[in-house]
Amino acid sequence: MTSAARIEFDGVTKRYEGRSDDAVHELTFDIPAGCFCVLVGPSGGGKSTALKMVNRLVPFDAGDIRIDGRSVRGLSPVELRRGIGYVIQNVGLFPHMTVADNVGTVPRLLGWNKSRIRSRTDELLELVGLEAEYARRYPAELSGGQRQRVGLARALAADPPLLLMDEPFGALDPITRIRLQNELRRLHREVAKTVIFVTHDIDEAISMGDRIAILREGGVLVQYDTPDAILAHPADDFVAQFVGEDRALRRMALHTLGQVPLETVSRSETVSPELSSRVSVRTAVSHMLEAGAEGVTVVDDDGSVLGVFRLERAGELL
Amino acid sequence: MTPLASGPIIPNFGHANSCITGDHIFCWSWVRDHWNDTLGPALVQHVELTAVAVGIGFGLAFTLALLAHRFARLEQPFGVFSALLYTIPSIALFQLLVPFTGISWTTVEIALVAYTLVILFPNFVAGLRSAPAEVIEAARGMGLTRRQILLRVELPLAVPAIIGGLRIAVVSTISIGTIAAFLLPKGLGYPIFVALGNPTPFKTEIYSAGGLAVGFALACDAGLVGLRRAFAPWTRRARP
Repeated sequence: MTSAARIEFDGVTKRYEGRSDDAVHELTFDIPAGCFCVLVGPSGGGKSTALKMVNRLVPFDAGDIRIDGRSVRGLSPVELRRGIGYVIQNVGLFPHMTVADNVGTVPRLLGWNKSRIRSRTDELLELVGLEAEYARRYPAELSGGQRQRVGLARALAADPPLLLMDEPFGALDPITRIRLQNELRRLHREVAKTVIFVTHDIDEAISMGDRIAILREGGVLVQYDTPDAILAHPADDFVAQFVGEDRALRRMALHTLGQVPLETVSRSETVSPELSSRVSVRTAVSHMLEAGAEGVTVVDDDGSVLGVFRLERAGELL
Repeated sequence: MTPLASGPIIPNFGHANSCITGDHIFCWSWVRDHWNDTLGPALVQHVELTAVAVGIGFGLAFTLALLAHRFARLEQPFGVFSALLYTIPSIALFQLLVPFTGISWTTVEIALVAYTLVILFPNFVAGLRSAPAEVIEAARGMGLTRRQILLRVELPLAVPAIIGGLRIAVVSTISIGTIAAFLLPKGLGYPIFVALGNPTPFKTEIYSAGGLAVGFALACDAGLVGLRRAFAPWTRRARP
């Protein structure tokens, strides 16, 4: 399996013809190998433009983008793109090809033999949670969620070290979107690739990203950090407003009861309700408020008591 | 069969029976007797006329559509030119061409090709454009070259529109082709032309030649529908 790639944006600037402002302005930041990096911001923030400059669908005017230290300008666009997975909001599956042929597109371009393409296709369909029988179907026979799964499988086909995702779940209903978000997180843990993921939805950014780059109008990077750090210390008023006034609650959602210090108690001192250590602090606070309780007992998967988490401690975590 | 001394003057009346001399609605015996000398050759000529016109029209329209697709500036002039051709009535077009190409097979074919072009060109261009923007973006993003996008994405996706255009072009060529008999004694239009030229038009000859033209058109259309099923299988299935 190919290792993940490190991406460096180095003073990248882009201005579209006939515009007076930059679409992306002197963008400089590094994405470590294997990082799930989310580009987020309001429309006009240049996040899609920044993404498309990586595979040179959009040419940039100044600066450079390097993948593992090599400039993206060092390869022809066609060669460069065959080594980068690309997923877009409307998926763009080829309507005249079966699911299997769609997934096998880049391997065919790379000249893989048929049996290798076939076994890779089977493997990928399983990875994205589609049964083997879907291989022979046409895109028109799939639901929106299934199409995006195929889109993801197609992007992963040649095992690229980098995956570019442009609002991939933007057109899905909320339930399908959350399911696919969770699966993409799981998949990212399994395949350990560098992902650059564009969204305008700050909730999606917080729940998906290892790191978040917040861009503002004019393509200016205002903050680049972990979700936790951004929620705890927004760089300026723009970020504070963008992440929302309920950022304390959002931060609580990032931590599970298993990750916070608990008060050790004896069996007799446990309080109700009882919650799993996998539950987020935010959910625990919600339970306490609902039950009028001042604490919850945290148990592990086997049901043994780990300790008590009290409402008064929730504030201290922030 | 006894030849009768009196009756309407009918060309090629052969073994005239009462059906023929009485000019009844339809006389199978006439069709049988004149298959080899009239109807059969006329059908073969009509098939040739159509095949050549649609074949050349297809080649020209396809080339022009590829050019218009590649160089957007060309589409409008091509479109206007072919649309102008279509506004000229077919008999007039035949006459307009006579000074240049004479009363010949070429004249008829030029006119028929012009008509297929008007139908095929816009259909082909629309077909090549029918690939959705996100499909093209995905193809570029995956590293397909411009040529690969044309051959592997745009052309296959144009197949339904191409065959749709051919269906209209073939049927209208078969129909307009009968008018060619005003110029040349060829095709299924000729028996009709001859029959109409009589003081009392002979019904069987009109109906049999007309019927063959209709049958030929229907057969071609069915064949093209079959081709679409074979070459565009994705259009048949959709999510229930």
